[in-house]
Amino acid sequence: MAAERTPRFVTEEPAQVDRWFDRITLAAGVVVLVLLTLVGLFLLLRSRDALSVTGVWEFLTRAEWRTDVKPARIGVLGLVMGTVLVAFTAVAIAVPFGVLAALFITEYSSTRSRRYLTALVDLLAAVPSVLFGIWGFRFLSAQIEPLSRWISRHFSWIPIFATGKHPRFSGSIFIAGIVVSLMALPIVASVVREVFAQTPPGEKEAAFALGATRWGMIRLVVLPFGRGGIIGGAMLGLGRALGETIAVALILPQVAQVVFHILENGGATVSGFIANRAGSDDFTTSGLMAAGLVLFFLTLGTNMVASVVVSHSRSGAGVEL
Amino acid sequence: MTDTLVRTPSPSAPIASTPPTLTGGPPVGAATVEARDACAWFGERLVLEGVNLVMARGEVTALIGPSGCGKSTFLRMLNRMHELVPGAALDGQIFLDGEDIYGRGMRAQQVRLRVGMVFQKPNPFPAMSIRENVLSGLKLARIKCDDTEALVEQSLNRASLWKEVRDRLGSPGGALSGGQQQRLCIARSLAVQPNVLLMDEPCSALDPTSTRRIEDTIAELRRQVTVVIVTHNMQQAHRVSDRCAFFLAAENEPGIVVEQGPTETIFTDPTDSRTRDYVQGRFG
Repeated sequence: MAAERTPRFVTEEPAQVDRWFDRITLAAGVVVLVLLTLVGLFLLLRSRDALSVTGVWEFLTRAEWRTDVKPARIGVLGLVMGTVLVAFTAVAIAVPFGVLAALFITEYSSTRSRRYLTALVDLLAAVPSVLFGIWGFRFLSAQIEPLSRWISRHFSWIPIFATGKHPRFSGSIFIAGIVVSLMALPIVASVVREVFAQTPPGEKEAAFALGATRWGMIRLVVLPFGRGGIIGGAMLGLGRALGETIAVALILPQVAQVVFHILENGGATVSGFIANRAGSDDFTTSGLMAAGLVLFFLTLGTNMVASVVVSHSRSGAGVEL
Repeated sequence: MTDTLVRTPSPSAPIASTPPTLTGGPPVGAATVEARDACAWFGERLVLEGVNLVMARGEVTALIGPSGCGKSTFLRMLNRMHELVPGAALDGQIFLDGEDIYGRGMRAQQVRLRVGMVFQKPNPFPAMSIRENVLSGLKLARIKCDDTEALVEQSLNRASLWKEVRDRLGSPGGALSGGQQQRLCIARSLAVQPNVLLMDEPCSALDPTSTRRIEDTIAELRRQVTVVIVTHNMQQAHRVSDRCAFFLAAENEPGIVVEQGPTETIFTDPTDSRTRDYVQGRFG
């Protein structure tokens, strides 16, 4: 009997409205991808001059920037190292504070103040970074120097906190990282709060009914549920920290060397370096384009990983990375 | 580990040769719960008024009545879950073995540890394994147990779930069927060895077979734990309970207890005509 039956697939011509909606959304999606590709292509083409002189491998592994010698010796290793160090310092500070702020808003604040606090955090995320930059440069960095000194005195046995004989604590990667963390913090807090707020109320009730304190409930239910959101928020913050320009351009001396001692004056980041040197001769510009290309892939990769993690975190089952 | 695997359990009797003992948990045995003139508000609205009800040690008390008459609110007052709702307030007293659970120096966590709760919608911790789910209450309250494997087995057994899950205690609780999840929630509540178990329509989201198994579980828990169950299913109330309380709220009035007494009397010979109409299915 069953063998004689043939399955019939039911299809229907989409309505006119749906067909147009299809096309418009498709076009919008394509435009975004095209723009992204064009930016990449532009950077690639404009960086050809510099890369053909130095070679791609040398460009990636060299930590100096000399255009006065022939052939020019330019490379981004120091810049990339500086970028990563600043970004990780920023994220290491922004994530714990962001998670705690999100926990306070979703779990501890009253229903009424929750609305205002949420709006406030989102507002902070919208503050132009130049404002954080100028404030960090003119005011905050002088306040941080004593902290840098204290850390270097007590923790110099940790390699990155070591310093030279007569260190200058101004204009350090540590200070730049703290200022950038101020910009990353609202983003982290905002993303993490969003995920925490979606914790299933039934599971929270279950924990309370078992005699949990609020903190016990958070540890058992909210944090495991929000783990993917925390990872995603951290990576979005990292994405912002990697690309942050104006604050680091103001604070760091922007020399293209590898700097490990984050408490000491020195260091550069890709974006800060580009901002400082923009408008030089054609060859330098081409070199900056190549540096920009490296940053482009760095942030693109980070943001892609972040969006995947965030989109998978809604299930509550957590995300394995 | 291997020890528990080679045992051949029967679903009803506790298997462990020596029952596991907890330190830091609730006092042993069932407790009497008594409500005196209990009232509840949500914001300005009085939803429950003047409830006097004794839920005796080791008995099953069913709270019946139409929707919106304050049964669940009353249930949630018994383990201080009511106060978690923003704007919720109350008056009157609830005694747990003579102690006012809203009295000075009483902490909600202490009360909830002694008065467990099973919700309408099964709510196991989905990412945790079945074993971790059962033991989660101990972890939260920092209760020590001399033999956790035996406790897991005993709790799952009391919830009639052991036979179905004994080979996969490490798999996530969220992967079970709805009925199994609800029994896992019962096992989780029982693991801390509470004096009272509150059940808020525990079977309303379940199929008849799962419902039957949960009713069997309630029958087995009788005497060991005081059970208070809210149900919309008249037959269920009739089957499982020793005593019944009929809640009713007139339009724009708070809910009250119209009648209470032994289940047989409530179902066969109620004094109030509204009770008779309700248990015979004429309204609600």
